[in-house]
Amino acid sequence: MSPDGAHDGVLVVAEARRGELREVSLELITAALSCAAAGGGPVRVAALGNDAGQFAPTLAERGVDEVLTVAVPCQHFEAHVWGRALEALIEAERPRLVLTGFTVDSMGFASAVAARKRLGFASDVFSIAWDGRLRAQRGMYGDKLQAELEFPDKACSLLMVRPGAFAPASAGLELAPTRAVPLDLSDAARTQHIGFAGAATGDLDITDADFLVSIGRGVQDRDEIPRLEQLAERLGATLSASRPLVDAGWLPAARQVGQSGRTVKPRVYLALGISGAVQHLAGMRDAETIIAVNTDANAPIFGVAHYAAIADLFDVVAELEQTLG
Amino acid sequence: MKTVVPIKMVASVDEEFELLDGSAGIHPGSLDWALNEWDAFSLEAGLLIHESAAGAEHELIVVTVGDEDSEEGLLACLAKGADRAVRVWDEQLPASDPLVVARALAGVVERESPDLVLCGVQSSDAVNGATGVALAGYLDLPHVAVVKRVAWGAEQRTLTVDRELEGGLIETLRIALPALLTIQTGSNEPRYATLRAIKQAANKPLEVCTPGQLGIEAAELAAAAGSALRALRPPERRAAAEMLDGSAAEVATRILEIVHDRMSG
Repeated sequence: MSPDGAHDGVLVVAEARRGELREVSLELITAALSCAAAGGGPVRVAALGNDAGQFAPTLAERGVDEVLTVAVPCQHFEAHVWGRALEALIEAERPRLVLTGFTVDSMGFASAVAARKRLGFASDVFSIAWDGRLRAQRGMYGDKLQAELEFPDKACSLLMVRPGAFAPASAGLELAPTRAVPLDLSDAARTQHIGFAGAATGDLDITDADFLVSIGRGVQDRDEIPRLEQLAERLGATLSASRPLVDAGWLPAARQVGQSGRTVKPRVYLALGISGAVQHLAGMRDAETIIAVNTDANAPIFGVAHYAAIADLFDVVAELEQTLG
Repeated sequence: MKTVVPIKMVASVDEEFELLDGSAGIHPGSLDWALNEWDAFSLEAGLLIHESAAGAEHELIVVTVGDEDSEEGLLACLAKGADRAVRVWDEQLPASDPLVVARALAGVVERESPDLVLCGVQSSDAVNGATGVALAGYLDLPHVAVVKRVAWGAEQRTLTVDRELEGGLIETLRIALPALLTIQTGSNEPRYATLRAIKQAANKPLEVCTPGQLGIEAAELAAAAGSALRALRPPERRAAAEMLDGSAAEVATRILEIVHDRMSG
């Protein structure tokens, strides 16, 4: 809080799962530090958990001003506990800007907090500018357009930041102090954790493949799947897919590339008929070479591709089949 | 058992879209409208949970915040088995803001006082992933976001749900009713409406109301807005991609060359 009680500074909500800090936490610190460098005030990072203190050392060496730890009365993330804690932190610390990841956990509480506290709000933000005024950029219409947003008349705004949009903050800087914030969260939980389960992968692991032929909505017809499997095999590749084909039950979940599927880094990723939703790009953008074939010249996949062909995938598939003999 | 399913008509831009001069908008003629893909799954989840519930009294209400054109989406849901529909609209309503939409929906949900509210995780055009949980926030409703599976728990007072986390991880949770869930695609197989049901849908109740009629003042709705849109523009192209031009045969040849080069290097 600034001396006059006005909202000031940036509050980062770190994220962890099953005892491990998630990478997005460090990316949020980078975003917060860039605002601080432009006069956005101190950067505080809040770690919530039943053993929140365990993350303090690694958060404290990233150039932030203070690490806040909040002990919670549950073993795992619980959306209502996190929401209550964040509301209390906003009241006590009075930040100008709150940053969370645009992640499944944060989707469970961030917009509820924004609604209840009448905050400025935007999600899936990939760029933030601060010059006394806050501005943010996000995608629209499947990332074919970019929206620039402002937050007029808001003392505090909460932005949910797209994972991967910022580089993780460097380690090894001077240690920031850590402060435990005592909050009564004993009756906040509204759900009961039963268990975790991994998605069944069978014996296939697409993250091991050097060469993935990945197919998307452009396939349009389930009967074409065997043909594409055969093509992948003849190319010496493994077949993977984007979410719609897995949702439709055309391919098993183990083949899914993307945020809710697998993150892959093959030497070659040949994307056939994949437009490139944000969640898909998150799972494959670090492939060494990306070749994309799509009929829509505005498809976001072309934004990350190294080689782009605006063509019907089946025209290209037919020629590949013919050449392979 | 009473369930409210909020739905949304979503826009996709066609390939040769046009931006409006001098304002942050897109030419209306460049937009194609359809029912949000996620909402087909949340509606189906509601129909399934009603069908598997004991007791004869069920009511499923679909709600949208939108102009008259969005009735197309409501009618599609009525044809699939929803019992009645509510459309909230006011020309002044900034319907592109997720918090504004959530506040307007909260008026309907508060009035209906359902056991369950089922939203889609997100809409395909805005991808806010925010409206459902914001609605839960306004009403202080227990909620779970990004749900892949819903089943009845003990005595139909609780639900057992699977939350879909990153990397294929699933968390199973128990939540008591009343509750709000946001439903992920692929969580069920949305049904098709029969021709007969499509014809009959027009005879089901479809109420149109303003936020004011739901007791929400215009100033409150305007103040709920999370952001103001200042500009809408195409992304700057990353210089990276090399175009593979020519016939399909030439594209295929180049692809094989690149693959051979990269895989043998």
